[in-house]
Amino acid sequence: MLAYTLRRIAQAVPILLLVSLISFGIMQLVPGDPAAVLAGPNATPDELIKLRQTLGLDKSLLSQIMIFYGNLFQGDLGYSIILGEPVLKVVLERSPISISLALYSLVLTVILGLSIGVIAAMKHNRWIDQVAMTFALIGVSVPNFWLGLVMIVLFSVHLGWLPTGGYVPFFEDPVGWFLAATMPALSLAMMQIGLLARLTRSTMLEVLGQDYIRTARAKGASEPRVIIKHAMSNVLIPVVTVLGMILSVLLSGSVIVETIFAVPGIGALLGNAILGRDYPMIQGGLIFVAAVLLMLNIVVDVLYAWLDPRVRVQ
Amino acid sequence: MSSLEMNDSRSEPSFLSRFFEGRRVRRLIRHRSFMIGLWLCLFVTVIAVLAPVISPVDPNKMAIRSRFQPPSFEFLLGTDNLGRDLFSRVAWGARLSLAIGLGVVLLNAVFGVLLGALAGYFRRLDGILMRLSDALMAFPSVLLAIGIAAAMGASAMTAVISLAVVYIPRTARILRASVLQVNELEFVNAARAAGAGDFHILRRHILPNCMAPLVVQLSFVFAYAILSEAVLSFLGLGAAPTDPSWGIMISEGRSYIREAPWMTVIPGMAIAITVLGLNLLGDGLRDVLDPRVKMEH
Repeated sequence: MLAYTLRRIAQAVPILLLVSLISFGIMQLVPGDPAAVLAGPNATPDELIKLRQTLGLDKSLLSQIMIFYGNLFQGDLGYSIILGEPVLKVVLERSPISISLALYSLVLTVILGLSIGVIAAMKHNRWIDQVAMTFALIGVSVPNFWLGLVMIVLFSVHLGWLPTGGYVPFFEDPVGWFLAATMPALSLAMMQIGLLARLTRSTMLEVLGQDYIRTARAKGASEPRVIIKHAMSNVLIPVVTVLGMILSVLLSGSVIVETIFAVPGIGALLGNAILGRDYPMIQGGLIFVAAVLLMLNIVVDVLYAWLDPRVRVQ
Repeated sequence: MSSLEMNDSRSEPSFLSRFFEGRRVRRLIRHRSFMIGLWLCLFVTVIAVLAPVISPVDPNKMAIRSRFQPPSFEFLLGTDNLGRDLFSRVAWGARLSLAIGLGVVLLNAVFGVLLGALAGYFRRLDGILMRLSDALMAFPSVLLAIGIAAAMGASAMTAVISLAVVYIPRTARILRASVLQVNELEFVNAARAAGAGDFHILRRHILPNCMAPLVVQLSFVFAYAILSEAVLSFLGLGAAPTDPSWGIMISEGRSYIREAPWMTVIPGMAIAITVLGLNLLGDGLRDVLDPRVKMEH
């Protein structure tokens, strides 16, 4: 198991180097002079020269890459132009907020997605199945930011049940955190709930057709026992494999959902960086999020290998 | 034309006729999800194509006296904060969304197939191409598109390019897996033994047999491209601010969500109907063309 974990970490290193190179390359796509774009139309030539020097744009591309990697290996993701602070410091400050929101969304996704999928499979081709799958399909098709806005109108403006946005730290006020995070987490999770419900249903239907399930039923096991004890363990394996992908989508969606609900996480930080053309922040934020995702994927893979020992051998 | 190619063209029906063979078409017609999806997609396409004809007014025509009109007989879907007719804007928005989605699909079809085929067939290229795709797929999809669009500057073309970059590695991976599978089959070995060249084998024997998962993947890419384009436009990174894009309409409606909720609700429903149609279509295609594949998106 340790060898497998180390192998997965070793595989992630070149990918991380490529990820950072791509992030660097994306910033080269800025048309014209990025310093002129950043400084705005009223900048004097002296200010432009100074900004070019600060950003290292006065050097050759190769030197820029060398400096970029040199800084990266020292944990330097650049300097935010808008906030005037190191990018790493800012993203580390904001990340607990986004991670708590993503985890809440993940819990909602797993609980609701699995339940809906299992119920639909158990009631295959009955009206409950039809309703559940229609719900799942609508969940997959609705844009999360739009859903967030509709929920604000419904639950905040009309019913007054939940706050329209903001963030309360969990350890200061757990109830406040729960109330503030529910709508953003649900709008982030809705698409993943739909996907997971559909995946769970199809896997469960496949598993329920297996011989060992028929044997369990023939031995007189009750239906809940058949589902929970015999079928679920095999249904969970493909579910674990999509966890990494679900986390990726949840983090991806956080840019827009955090902006809508005024949650001061990494997503909103990147949203503001885009509006303010804070390129070092966008570049550093992209690298940070991709690195976190790579780590999470390693955790998911190790978890998968632990659940299914065949994977370790492969 | 070599004797081998002549022989192929006699023995094998064309790709299109094989792909849309009667049995498959009959199964698709009987597939309920596929047919509902097809009707929804046709509905949106007809609206997009006929937008200049069915729009009562220019989608950008402002009428300050008619601001914030709720849906009525006079204004079918209401008006926005500048008095622009929402029905006209939604119809023209369908054009923009479908055009961007189609652009992303076309780029995926060309580059996804090219890279997937090269990686799957030429093993020496596989390592580097797949590591590159791993790196691109390590970014959360929409976030990567946002990064590229932010750097390149907002425009519909930027949206197409950035979303294509995001989805091409995924398409290439699916095609690569199919190429690897088909490459092991006996008829490919037979063609190789008969002296056929690599590109001939790829073009005539392997790729036509990899089309089913590709078509299914592209239908889902279409749906995701429309959703993601709305996100980009909402953030001001997609279509120009004056364009009647569904994402921009939702973004504009956000400021007036208490007084005029229809400004937000209606374009969102247009996105949901289009994506729902494409998802249903994709489900049907997957069930009929590629039943082994489960939902992996």
